[in-house]
Parts: sequence; structure tokens; C-alpha cells
Amino acid sequence: MDAVLALENGRCFRGRSVGASSDAAGEVVFNTSLTGYQEVLTDPSYAGQIVTMTCPEIGNYGVSGDDGESRAPQVSGFIIRSESPIASNWRAEGTLREYLVRHGIVAIADIDTRALTRTLRTAGAMRGVIATGTIPKTSELVERARALPSMEGADLVRGVTCAEAFDWPSTNGITEFDEFVSMDPAPGRRLRVAAYDFGMKWNILRRLTAHGCDVRVFPATAPASELLAIKPDGVFLSNGPGDPAVLDYAIANTRVLVDSGVPVFGICLGHQILGLAMGAKTYKLKFGHRGGNHPVKDLSSGRIEITSQNHGFAIDPATVPDDVEVTHLNLYDGTVEGMRHRTRPVFCVQYHPEAAPGPHDADYLFAQFVRAMTQKA
Amino acid sequence: MPKRTDIKRVLVIGSGPIVIGQACEFDYSGTQACKALRDEGLEVVLVNSNPATIMTDPELADRTYVEPLTVAAVEQVIAREKPDAILPTVGGQTALNLAVDLDEAGVLAKYNVELIGASIAAIKVAEDRLKFKEAMRSIGVDVPQSYYARSLDQALEASEKIGFPAIIRPSFTMGGVGGGIAYNVEEFKEICARGLSMSPVHELLIEESVIGWKEYELEVMRDCDDNFVVICSIENIDPMGVHTGDSITVAPALTLTDREYQRMRDAARRIIRRVGVETGGSNIQFAVNPEDGRMIVIEMNPRVSRSSALASKATGFPIAKIAAKLALGYRLDEIKNDITRLTPASFEPTIDYVVVKVPRWAFEKFPTADRTLTTQMKSVGEAMAIGRTFKEAFLKAFRSLELGRSGRLFSQAAPGSAYEHEDDQALQRALGIPTDRRMWAVFRALERGWTIGEIHRLTKIDLWFLTQFQQLTELANQVRAVGARDLAADLLREVKRAGFADVDLAQLLGIDEDSVSARRLEHQLVFGYKRIDTCAAEFESFTPYMYGTFEEECEAEPSPRAKVVILGSGPNRIGQGLEFDYCCCHAAFALRDQGYETVMVNCNPETVSTDYDSVDRLYFEPLTFEDVSAIVARERQGGGDVACVVQYGGQTPLKLALRLQKVGIKILGTSPDSIDLAEDRERFSKLLWELGIPQAASGMAHSPEEAREVASSIGFPVVVRPSYVLGGRAMAIVYDTGSLDRYMRQAVQLSPEHPILIDKFLEDATEIDVDAVADTTGDVIIGGIMEHIEQAGIHSGDSSCVVPPHLLSDKHMATIRDYSRRVARALKVVGLMNAQFAIKDDVVYVLEVNPRASRTIPYLSKATGVPLAKVAANVMIGKTLAEQGFTEDLAVSGFFVKTPVFPFVRFPGVDTLLGPEMKSTGEVMGGAETFGSAFAKAQMGAGQHLPQEGTVFISVNNNDKPNVVPIARGLMDLGFKILATRGTAVYLRAHGIDAEIVFKINEGRPHVGDEIVNKNVDLVINTPLGRESFFDDRAVRRAAMLQGIPAITTLTGAAAAVSAITAIRAEGLTVKSLQEYHQDARG
Repeated sequence: MDAVLALENGRCFRGRSVGASSDAAGEVVFNTSLTGYQEVLTDPSYAGQIVTMTCPEIGNYGVSGDDGESRAPQVSGFIIRSESPIASNWRAEGTLREYLVRHGIVAIADIDTRALTRTLRTAGAMRGVIATGTIPKTSELVERARALPSMEGADLVRGVTCAEAFDWPSTNGITEFDEFVSMDPAPGRRLRVAAYDFGMKWNILRRLTAHGCDVRVFPATAPASELLAIKPDGVFLSNGPGDPAVLDYAIANTRVLVDSGVPVFGICLGHQILGLAMGAKTYKLKFGHRGGNHPVKDLSSGRIEITSQNHGFAIDPATVPDDVEVTHLNLYDGTVEGMRHRTRPVFCVQYHPEAAPGPHDADYLFAQFVRAMTQKA
Repeated sequence: MPKRTDIKRVLVIGSGPIVIGQACEFDYSGTQACKALRDEGLEVVLVNSNPATIMTDPELADRTYVEPLTVAAVEQVIAREKPDAILPTVGGQTALNLAVDLDEAGVLAKYNVELIGASIAAIKVAEDRLKFKEAMRSIGVDVPQSYYARSLDQALEASEKIGFPAIIRPSFTMGGVGGGIAYNVEEFKEICARGLSMSPVHELLIEESVIGWKEYELEVMRDCDDNFVVICSIENIDPMGVHTGDSITVAPALTLTDREYQRMRDAARRIIRRVGVETGGSNIQFAVNPEDGRMIVIEMNPRVSRSSALASKATGFPIAKIAAKLALGYRLDEIKNDITRLTPASFEPTIDYVVVKVPRWAFEKFPTADRTLTTQMKSVGEAMAIGRTFKEAFLKAFRSLELGRSGRLFSQAAPGSAYEHEDDQALQRALGIPTDRRMWAVFRALERGWTIGEIHRLTKIDLWFLTQFQQLTELANQVRAVGARDLAADLLREVKRAGFADVDLAQLLGIDEDSVSARRLEHQLVFGYKRIDTCAAEFESFTPYMYGTFEEECEAEPSPRAKVVILGSGPNRIGQGLEFDYCCCHAAFALRDQGYETVMVNCNPETVSTDYDSVDRLYFEPLTFEDVSAIVARERQGGGDVACVVQYGGQTPLKLALRLQKVGIKILGTSPDSIDLAEDRERFSKLLWELGIPQAASGMAHSPEEAREVASSIGFPVVVRPSYVLGGRAMAIVYDTGSLDRYMRQAVQLSPEHPILIDKFLEDATEIDVDAVADTTGDVIIGGIMEHIEQAGIHSGDSSCVVPPHLLSDKHMATIRDYSRRVARALKVVGLMNAQFAIKDDVVYVLEVNPRASRTIPYLSKATGVPLAKVAANVMIGKTLAEQGFTEDLAVSGFFVKTPVFPFVRFPGVDTLLGPEMKSTGEVMGGAETFGSAFAKAQMGAGQHLPQEGTVFISVNNNDKPNVVPIARGLMDLGFKILATRGTAVYLRAHGIDAEIVFKINEGRPHVGDEIVNKNVDLVINTPLGRESFFDDRAVRRAAMLQGIPAITTLTGAAAAVSAITAIRAEGLTVKSLQEYHQDARG
């Protein structure tokens, strides 16, 4: 079946439909990871986005029940160069196409994804539309793309957060694949963590569990008092989609948490919300950071971590208040990758220490969170 | 951490001659390292015995020692130079082993030199398999079950615990020499016996078989601050059991989930830490059980490797260069990524294309060798291709191999073909036992309709790859089914995007290539070029390193400058190797200096020419007419003049020259017609006749009948060969009609377009090689006259030679200069010319002339100090020799001997006797003030340990008996004990030489073979005795080779050996840098 991708700047790519027979609309972005397409598809931070994989061969190892980062794919659409007709891996439970069709995800293949990536790099992330089957005039598709709401100013968290609080099962932590991830000795007792779900990747929960935490997950809109009510050893702020600046409720709740003195750890959107809560500002990056190879420097140790990244907004370093210290920098473009409050047990990173997909270099941050909680207690 | 300031002078160790398992990838890495170190302001001293390398160019190091890579020679270099540190990690296993030897001999301690890049402790953990396994277990990394054995009994004990199949790996041998896979006890004993004798420490590792598991490699780097990055993941399409150098491999790894991949990455990080590679690059090999994902580590190389060269080319990340900087104390984030300019080297390259590497073997040179692929590497070169998809990269890689008809993957079983009647059983066998031809069998099976399940059962190749092959086969079937007339634009586009060449489609459609190209152009289906940028387009790239594909957007952006496209030499093979890449690089360097934009086209990932630093624009593409003409067309769109250099890359570009010229592409230098004239026997004979230059009687034949006629008119023995070959492919000396008929039956099939050349064979003649440069004004300078040590009949590439000649008379030298000049002028040579002469009975004959770069150019350039390939490149763009300051023939100071090295040790059962078909893989050079010392050093460099005392075994044929007497006397005078077969001994005794008689192999025991095995012989002089005793001779030569005892098969070689032994005794071993020699030559 034919498929077309149309961008708001008028550029169109003709390809083949390899997912659900429907239309898709969203912000078109690219991810440079060589592995982990299933984790990308299921990462709630991609809500509202059509994701292009720059790696040309996708679907090779199929999909597996163990590799989801949430219950189902979260992307608005998917763009690849070459689709594997089979799933070749001992853990595979089906092909990529079966999975996309089952979950109604529209996908296009056989287009010049490098040309598309270069367009996004130079012009910035753009709104776009994928149409499949009987294709309307491309001018019409371009118009539809232009009519889409902008990512700036969009609260997409409400669409992906959990409906009500739940406990993450304490058995769902260690997998056989974590054998080489070094961990500090587990704390003497299991720690209680309250986590805000802004669109949380499950591997964060798996890693917290592996590091000795019992996690209760709260909806994004739950008041801070509800989290503090369980007397947590620490609070975690998750990743998630969309523009952080419009999340008034989350920023306000986070301020309460910071002031409460409880250790707080934030990742990605959680990092941006913490920044906003502590007085910094965010801005939208031209085309964002999405991939598994960005070097980040830990300014305290000088060490380089190769990181998993997925964000379109960032903290403006000029607005970081005096009582907050920038702890990590992206060596590609110098953007802020981590912060720490100078007097409170509050820290956060823009990138993804939970990996999935990506390198495990930053797993130490979970241990750091555990240390903060045990020192506090 | 900033750069260390305590290191000022570094000794870089090269990898020595090209051998199987260690090819020009180490020239690439060594060259990068030397450049990087000098950029940092360090003084670089280089030692490498291989003159055919870019790294031994005198301008790349402060002092360049082309000396044997032995402890004795390198100690002398260290004593003279007093370096602060040695970098042993860019010269392959040779350099690492030498570093360990230097340490054990106390040399490092004595001169207080430090190793940088890898410590002795790290090398030992990585190299000693037992230590490695213990280390791996200590960090929780799984390894195959294994046991050490120092005797056959211990080995058998181990096999009982492990079962069969079992892997046998001798300790401390390069590329797995002497190892193998045993499926039963008998095989096991045989391989163990061989392995024990080949291991320098007489030790084997007997290992659990993981044959059939998926095989992966990670190329990783670490800096002094423990920062760690993976540069590239590589997946072997051929699963475990086939040496990775013999495997078809793909980057990135394509069948690993993120969880599996990250687990491998985590393990790699632990491994490099545990082994203790403090800075630099390493290669780590893993196996994954496809049934349950169990991952084990196979081995680790604490140095740059063949795979790291591949990874550098595949990603654009220059591993060797960065490794050299890390060794100086830099951190990864302190080094810039050249390609993006803005980002640091502390990242992991990501790619948006697929890379496929296919090995190239040379079994046609060794017809009796076992073609089964095992854990011991057998290939001599490789081609790499880049495509947007796996399919495209795969087909491009296969056409890059230049295998002609035998390279075709589709319609192999067409009527009239060799496989037309292949039965299912034969095909099953071809799939089940890995050989160099297995991939072709996979495609035959697919065309026969076998399921991928069935093929997987036999080959264990991952289903994903087999599915891709099946899709390719289906596309080929579709094209064949619709036919030329009904081939629609959609299907044409699909197959071009899948990587089919026009010539593939022509074959499937039964039309000619030009018609396919025309059809393609009608539909505007043209190559576009994408950049290799390390980052999948996330950042802008400033380096025009490109590959061709059929996509919407082209990023070539050709400039309006005048440019020269240099066509490279493709995959290494015997007869066409590093020397030609050296020449291509020099063309690029010279023309860049002259203000031209240089464009390189090549598909060999091991080379300096495919380093994006070497040229202005690099196209990593196959060297076929379609690919090359598309590049020229695209470059022309920039507006500047575009011309091609075809005379530097060996036969590969020459084969394209006429066709390129026909479509209007300008060829620089000697015209393709002149090249053709020199190749065309009839035209060339006529030319020599007109010039009054003697030539051996010759003729041409298209049929066995014609061949008989020619042979009888000129008289046996004759040399026969097909026209248009390099490296003496299918060349033979024929003594009678029967052998001639046999040859013609095989050879005519070989190349139906071209006739067979038949020349009178000048027995016992002295052979001479000449390299010359001629300019547009008809000026000619002789770069050097090289006298072969072995007499005529041995391929010039397999013969040792010396410059200047040490036996040749002035009269003959003058004649040779005169003939060379006249021929060059008559052929209107503009650029390089190589001529071969033979002197017999005081007459100088011209054997052949090739107006192109030759194998001896780099050697001669190193000897004379004049970069002949550069001089000739300047000539090609119109600069005269006089303008460049060359008015006289070149001279050298001292003597320089070039000696070849052979791969026989890799091919059990293959005779080591030399002939007109070239068999050597590489060469070394020895330089000294006297011929004897130079020859001795060349022999040392080639790994031939000429004894200083002991016993020599002599057995020569009747013709040679008179001439062996002075040699034997010389050896006797030197104090050698002489052992000889009855006939030779009687003759020697009659001439007053004390020779002891020893049995031939078929005469009783103990025979000469026993004496060799028992190490009672230190040198063998054995000239072939004719057909009857062939096998006896062969057994003697093989036994000697396996024991590492020099076996000399010509009398001239033996005489040279005597002078060498004499010279070394008298003069001792000394070393001298090229820069000093060149100073002397100028002074």
C-alpha cells in the first residue's frame, strides 16, 4: 500500500505503508539509535510525535513483551527506510508490522530518511502528516500539517499519565540483561519512593526497583501532599512529552516537594519541571536530542557518559538561579544536562540513566538517589 | 588531562611484510599514528621492514628504519635513537609480539623505554588464553569451557571433557595459524600435533565448540580517565567456526535487540578495564547462542586490528589516529571529531547505512590447498561496500570483489554452466561445509527454491540474512520473468535500489550492459551520493567521504575546481596489493600539491587511499565501469575539468581504461592505446622488431592446435600465459606437448576474449626489472635497475632482487638503459613504465614492458629517496622531468634487497616451490653497505633465519651440480657441516668437499626428513630434480618450512645466502635510517 509523508514546509516523501492503514499527524523528529526501536515506539515522551529512525534496517529482531517501555506504542507515527519482513531473535513474539497494525500505528517505509533527517536538522522539527492507501493531493496534506497545533505550549502529559496511583511490583526489577550494570551495595532496607508519572518509562521503575526501592506511582495531577502522605524516602519526577512550561500544576507541586526537604530526583521532563520550579526557564531546541550516543560530561568528576537522549526542550543556562548548580553538560552543543540544588537534596538530569534503549553509563545516578535517601533517613 | 610532557621521542613499530592475517590495514593505522604523533610535536622514529608502505615514506617520520622486525635489529634502533616510549599497538600482532620479546630480552629495561598504548601485563592477559579466561571469569563474563595442553596426552584428556567438535588454538600464533576444528579423534590428534609444533611456546588451548553461534565484534576505545566508547559493532554473517577475517561481515550488528547489545557493551567495558588497556583501541569478539541468547567472549585484541580499520572506514571515526593521541595522555573529549568539526571524539558513531565486507581468497594460486574455512584465516584481502540497505551493500560488496563471471550470484546454474547438473547432495555439502564459495551455494539453493529454514539448518546463517538473500533472489527472478521489453520503471527502480548493477540486470535480461544503462537513464535513475558523517546526519559534515546509492537526495556537492579522479586497486590479492595503493596515494599527494582537487575511488577498507585525510574527496565505491563513470559524471556537474588516473591501481583500473576513454573521459598520462600496444603481443613484437631490440621468440594462440604450432616453431621450453593478467595468474613453463595441451584446455576457458601468449623460455637467464619515468618531451629517467637473485622462470614478484645490481656488467647496464629509453619513447609513455629483461649468453632480451605503476615502485622509491610515483604523477599533468629537477638516472647509496614472503604455512600440503605464477603476499627490504649484509637483513625481515653455523643439507639436480660446488665450498669454509643426498655428495666429494651422505625420503631411515624434524639441519639447498622425485623434494621443502628452516630452491639464491652469512659474520648487524641513506645518495 502506498503512503506519503507531507511536512509543513511543503516537502513530501512517497513510500510504502508498513503499519496501520490510516493517517497520522504530529511533530516529525528523528532518533539516531541503532537498536531499540521497540523501546522508542513505547516511550510516552514521544506522544504527539512521528518518529524517524535514522538506522536504515528496522524490525529485524521483531518485538518482545519484555522490551516495552509502556503498555503500547505511544508515537503518533513511525518512519523507517527498510522494513524487515521477519523477526529473527530468540525472544521475538512477532514482527514489527504485526505489532504496529495491532496497535493502530501508521508507519511509512522506503523513503529517503537521510534526506528527511537533513531537512529536520536544518529547518528544525516540523509538523507533518502521513497518509496511506488512497492518497489525497499533497497540497492538501501539507495544509493539514500546517493546521496542526504546535508542540510549544502543548500539555501532552495529561494524555499519557496513569489514571490513578499504583504500586510497581517489587519483583519487576532485575532482568538477566542487567548483569553487568554495577550497583552500589543495596541499602539495608527497601526504600519507599513516590513517583510522578508524567509519561514514565517502565525501565525507570525497573531500575529503581533493582536499586532497592519500592515505588508508588502517582498521576501527574496528584497534589504534592498526596505523595508526601505516604512518607516517602524520596520523590521521583519522570520523563514525559510536550512543553514543560505549560505544566503549571506540576511545577507548583514540585515547588512544594523541593521545599519539603525530601530527596528529589528528576529525569528528562522531570528535570525541566524541577528547573522551572526552582526558577529557571526552558526553551525549545531546534530539532532536539534523540538517540543513544550523546556525550555528557559530569562536571564534578570530569567523566564522560554516553547517554540515551529524548527531549525537544531544554533548560536555559542563563536562567539557572544561584542556589542551583549545573552538574552535567552535553558535549555536542553545550546544553544543560543535569542540575543540583546547592542546599537541598534535589538533583536531576535531562538524559536517560535508565537507558532502554541506550548505554547504561549513567546508572550510577540511581545509586546517587539511593544514597541521598539513606543519608537523609 | 592534558598531553603528557615527558614523552618527546616515540618509536612506532610497524607490522612488517604483508601476510595473510596482517595486510595493509596496518599501513593505514601506522600512517595515521605517525601523523597524529608528529602533529603533537613529537619526534617519531619508525621501524618497519616493509618498504611498500606509506608509513615508511621518509617524510612521515623523523627517522625511518626499514630494518628487520627482530629483537636484535630493533635493539640497535633503540640504542641509536634512545626513544622515550614505544607505541606497539598500531603494528598488528607482529608489533605486540616484538614488544613482548623486547621486554623479555631486557631491552626495554636496559634503555629505560616505556610502552605506551598497551602495557606488557595487558598484552599478556589478552594474549595468554588461560590468563584471559581467568580474568573474564573474575569479572563475571562467560567464556567457553577450555583446557590448556602442552602435550598430545594432555590434549586428549581435555577433549574427553569437552567432546566434539573441539576447537584447537595454538598459543601466540598470528591469525590462528596452526589451529583448527576437530570433529573426531583422528582429526584432533593431527591438528594438535601441528599446533604444538607451530606454537612458539608449544602450547594449545582445547576449547568447547561454539560453532554455529552468532558472532559479533565490538571496536572499543578507552582513555586514561576510564572514558569508554564503542566505535562500531560488527556482525559476522558466517557464524562461529569461520575466522572473522574469512567471514562476510556487516556493520552495524543487525540482529541484536537493544538489551542484548547493551549487555555486550557493558561486558566490553568491563573487559577492556580488566585486561588493563589504559588507552587506545581494542577489538573484542563475542559469540551469542541463537537459541537462548547466552553470550560468551571469545577473544580480545589490545591493539588496532583489521576490524578496527574496517570500523574506521565504516563509521568515519579514525581509530588509529585517536588511539595514538590517547596514548599521549589526551582524553577523548579533548580530541575533535574531524568530520563534524564541532563535536568531540568522546561519542559513539551512529550510522544511517549498512556496511558489508567480503573477503577475497587466492585459492586459484594454490589449487591443492584445502578451501574449507576454519578458525585459521586464509583470505588475502577484502572488499567493503556501503549501501543504504543491507541488500544494496551486499551486492555492491560482491561486485567489488572483481571476480568476473565466477562472482555472479544469480543464474549460476544456467545451461552450460558448471553448476547446471549439480545434484542436491552436492549442494547440501557446499552449504554445510564453509568454503570461500559458500555464499554462492546459498544463492543456488535459493534459486532452486530451497526454504530459508533448510538453508539455515545447513549453514546456521541467521534467518534475517537468509531472508534478505531470498528477497534478492525473488527480485532477480522477477526481472528474468518480465524480460527486457516489459521491465517497468517501478521494478527497475526497486532492483537498482536493492543494489543490482546494470551488468547483473543485463545478465538476467539477456541484453548488453549499455542497453540497461540507457533504459535506466530514460527513467532518471542515477546514483546519488550520501556522506559518511559519524552521526547519521545529526550534524553537518565537512568531509566529502561518500558512497553511492539510489535515493532522492545527493550530497556530493562537486566543486568547480579542476579535478583528478584516481582509480584505486580494489581488494588486495596476490599480485595486486599494497604497492598499488601506495602509488595511488602518491598520485593524490602530488596532484593535490599541484592544486588539483583529488578524488579517490576505491573499495578496499584496509588502505591509506580510503582514509578521508588522504584526498580531497573520497568515494568508497566498487571499481566497475558503471560505478566509476557515474562518479565522473557527478563530479563533472561541478563544472571543472575531470580527468582520470588509471595507471596506478594495477589491472583493476586498466581494465576500465579503454571503455572510460570511449565514453569521453580524459585519461591522464600514457594513452590507453599505448597501454594496449604494450599488452598486445603482436603489436608489441612488431614494435621491438622495428626498434631492433632482441626479444625471446614468441607467438600467440587461440586454440590448442595453434599453440602446438607456435611451440614447435620456437622450441620448448616455453612460457605460456593469458594476456591481460597481473601476478602471473595462470602462467606456466611448459616443457612438452602433453603439458601444453593440458594447459590450453584449462587456460582457454579462463579468458575467451584474449589469446594465450607463448614465449620462448630463457632457461637460467638472469632477470632484470627496470622502473622508469618518461615525460611528454620524451625525456626518460631510469629509477633503478633491479637484478633478480633467482634466475628466470620465477615470477618477478616472487624473486628477491637487489638495487644496484651486484653482478651485472656495465655493458649490459648500458644496454638496458638504452633499451628502456627507446621503448619508453616509442610507446609515448607519459608517466611510469616497468620493463623486464633477461640476459642469456651475453644477449639482453626484452621480456615485457608495462607502461604503468609496478610492484617495485615503492621499494625503489625507498632505496633512492625519490618518490617516483609522485614524479610520474606530475609528469602526467604536463610537468617535465627537467622542470622537476630530474636530468639523470637515479642512484642509490649502499645496496637494497627486496625479498618476498609466502603464505605456504597457511596451506598444508601445498608445495613451496616457486614458478612463473606469483604466490607471495608481501615483501621486505634490507639495506646495507654491502650486498651480503643487505641480503641477510632482507632474509631476516622475511623471517628466514639464515644460520651462522651448523649443518646444511644440499640436494641439487644434475644440471646444477657443477655450479653448486663453489657454494658448498663457501659453506665449508665458513665451518658448516655438509649433508647431501648420494648423487650430490659423490659429486661434491669428487671436488674436494667433505659431504656426508643422508638418505632421501624413499631410501630408508633415518632420512633427510627425519634429520630436518630433529633439527639436525639448519639450512636446505634443494633445486628441483624433475618430475619423478617431485614428491620427495616437496616433502623436504615442506618439512623445512614447518620447522622454520630456510629452504633455498635456486643456486643463485644459495650463492646470495653464502655471501649473506659471510657478510653478517664479518660486519655484524647494523641499522641505518632511510633519511641517512638518502642523505648519502645526495651528498
